[in-house]
Amino acid sequence: MESNNLADITIYIALVVSTLRMATPLILAGLGGVFSERSGVVNIALEGIMLIAAFMGMLVSYFTNAPWLGVLAAVASGAAVAWLHAVICIKYKSNQVVSGTAINLFSVGFTGFMLRKVFEHAGQSPPVAKVADWTIPLIEKIPVVGAMIGKHTPFVYLSLIAVVISNFVLFKTKLGLRIRAVGEHPKAAETVGVDVFAIRYLCVLLSGALAGLAGASLSLGFLSQFRENMTGGRGFIALAAMIFGKWTPYGTLRACLLFGFADALQILSQTLGLTFIPRDFLLMAPYILTMAALAGVIGRSVPPAASGIPYERQK
Amino acid sequence: MLNADLTPKGVRGVSNNGKDLQKPGEQMFRISREQAVELSIPIVAVLLALLLGAFLILFIGRSPQEAYSALLQGAFGSKRDIAETLINVTPLIFTGLSVAFSFKCGLFNIGAEGQFIMGQIVAAWIGFQLTGLPTVIHMPLAFLLGAFAGGLWAALPGYLKAKLGVHEVINTIMMNYIALYFSHYLVMGVLKEPGPIPQTPPVVAAARLWKILPGTRLHFGLILALGAVWLVYYLLFKTTLGYEIRAVGINPHAARYGGINVSRDIIIAMSISGALSGAAGAVQALGVQFRFLDLFGFVGYGFDGIAVALLGRNHPFGVLIAATLFGTLARGAITMQSIAKIPKQIIGIIQATIVIIVAADEVLRRLLKSRSPGTQASVDAGEVERDGE
Repeated sequence: MESNNLADITIYIALVVSTLRMATPLILAGLGGVFSERSGVVNIALEGIMLIAAFMGMLVSYFTNAPWLGVLAAVASGAAVAWLHAVICIKYKSNQVVSGTAINLFSVGFTGFMLRKVFEHAGQSPPVAKVADWTIPLIEKIPVVGAMIGKHTPFVYLSLIAVVISNFVLFKTKLGLRIRAVGEHPKAAETVGVDVFAIRYLCVLLSGALAGLAGASLSLGFLSQFRENMTGGRGFIALAAMIFGKWTPYGTLRACLLFGFADALQILSQTLGLTFIPRDFLLMAPYILTMAALAGVIGRSVPPAASGIPYERQK
Repeated sequence: MLNADLTPKGVRGVSNNGKDLQKPGEQMFRISREQAVELSIPIVAVLLALLLGAFLILFIGRSPQEAYSALLQGAFGSKRDIAETLINVTPLIFTGLSVAFSFKCGLFNIGAEGQFIMGQIVAAWIGFQLTGLPTVIHMPLAFLLGAFAGGLWAALPGYLKAKLGVHEVINTIMMNYIALYFSHYLVMGVLKEPGPIPQTPPVVAAARLWKILPGTRLHFGLILALGAVWLVYYLLFKTTLGYEIRAVGINPHAARYGGINVSRDIIIAMSISGALSGAAGAVQALGVQFRFLDLFGFVGYGFDGIAVALLGRNHPFGVLIAATLFGTLARGAITMQSIAKIPKQIIGIIQATIVIIVAADEVLRRLLKSRSPGTQASVDAGEVERDGE
């Protein structure tokens, strides 16, 4: 019995660690989605932005051997791609979903092309220096808990910090009030002197930077290389998490942990003896739950009122 | 919801200022200066994107001329090449029509990819499961049930949009992934052929689409696709239902006020759109692969359909031209890579650039014509109106 319990504990540890690992890129990209949509701009380009950022981060780390510089490059390139999305959507008032789709198409072609151009290699990049793990001094020493949360890639901790900061900014500051006003009723916001365009640009750039960080977590955190299409739909799951979390940072965090947990179950299903649930159904779970949430089956999710609608400045 | 943004909103390029809402049978081949500008936008987009592609090829130290001639050679060099190009074009016509049809109703069916998968797996299933039927029954049955499956897959987001006001974009994205994993579940389980390979058994001969060009793989699906072009054109522009659907796309409020059952039309439009994507999957299963092979990711015909629809200005004939272009690029890219050793991803970049330029067509429109009184831009941009309370 004793040894059996012990085995159970290692499984729980693996489950928690796996959940956090799976959730981290979703949390970062999901927060990006929250900022963008709260300001009224739909950003389905998160997937493509993550992919490009994962590539650029890897590239800079490869040439400089300084992974943190790579992270910086990933964030900057994420913001740069988001800027393109912002210009198309805000300045030229184009359809936001079309622009996002185009960026997603572009990202696959661009990263595949550059991979061949730089490394003359298809499929994946050579290994690069990745960001070193962080250990949390005291917590690390606690049995079980230490093994669960005491030592991780920095992105895990950064994503959690980002949730707290995002929530503070959105709901406790003047800027956050403006962001929400612009996303709900831009005309009213402008009437009281808020620059709708500036707020939207800021939020879309921020969403790109966060999605960029999410991309870096893939190529410089959990892995130490770039693989073609390595985002594998995480940008879309992040969008789903944002909706499931009702467009709030903490809600998104909870949704990402839930989705990450479903993913962890799927990965560990052999060990856990969960083979009676088909793996594919666990993989589907986030999407089905999100549709149910939108339809009001499990607590109705209602998007910001002006989300997706380009704003025309008042004369 | 009191919202000042209750202007008529179609998807850009779908419903410019209501001018294309002609009554069935109305004359539609007069071209004004404004229409000439509209028509030239896709052409300029393609040329600019090819130019960008040329720069990329120069950037990797190769000759654009060599690359593009390898591309053309690969697409049209021989009878077999032409046939392969047309095989590439066929599903794109279907998915392009699918996305365009939803656009016409002011809906964005980004779920063509999932509907494609459902159509493909159902057509393959009918194709191998039933035996002993004559071709004239089995082949159409498998094709139509594939299309039907795609239609059902799209009907759900259509229903949720019409009845609950849930945005179809998110739901169709979600259903893409559900279709991907569901098909994987089926092809690893009940529909799996005995043996090591994750695939269904082969489609029986009676369910396979006829070959239409001796010595090549070109199949009857192309004829079906051309038929679909005509059918969509007829449906949209010559029938009352099509008129209603376009009216909903341009202004759902006005349409409702005018006595059109908006909810019903949204569900119908999504279902037809889904059926067209399902048909794309069905022709791949019955004309090219003759089974369903496990997918490791999206094949891309659905996403390319978005590009095709946008480039074709959501008109069935425009879709036909755009699908031909994209199918040619896709086929030619393979030769370009294998013979001229130029990464085929360049074609992906070119396609994405075309979409970006067509999407941001306001930039081009400003360049191409001296600014006309500018309210139109603000009116037609944006998304479909959210069903307000």
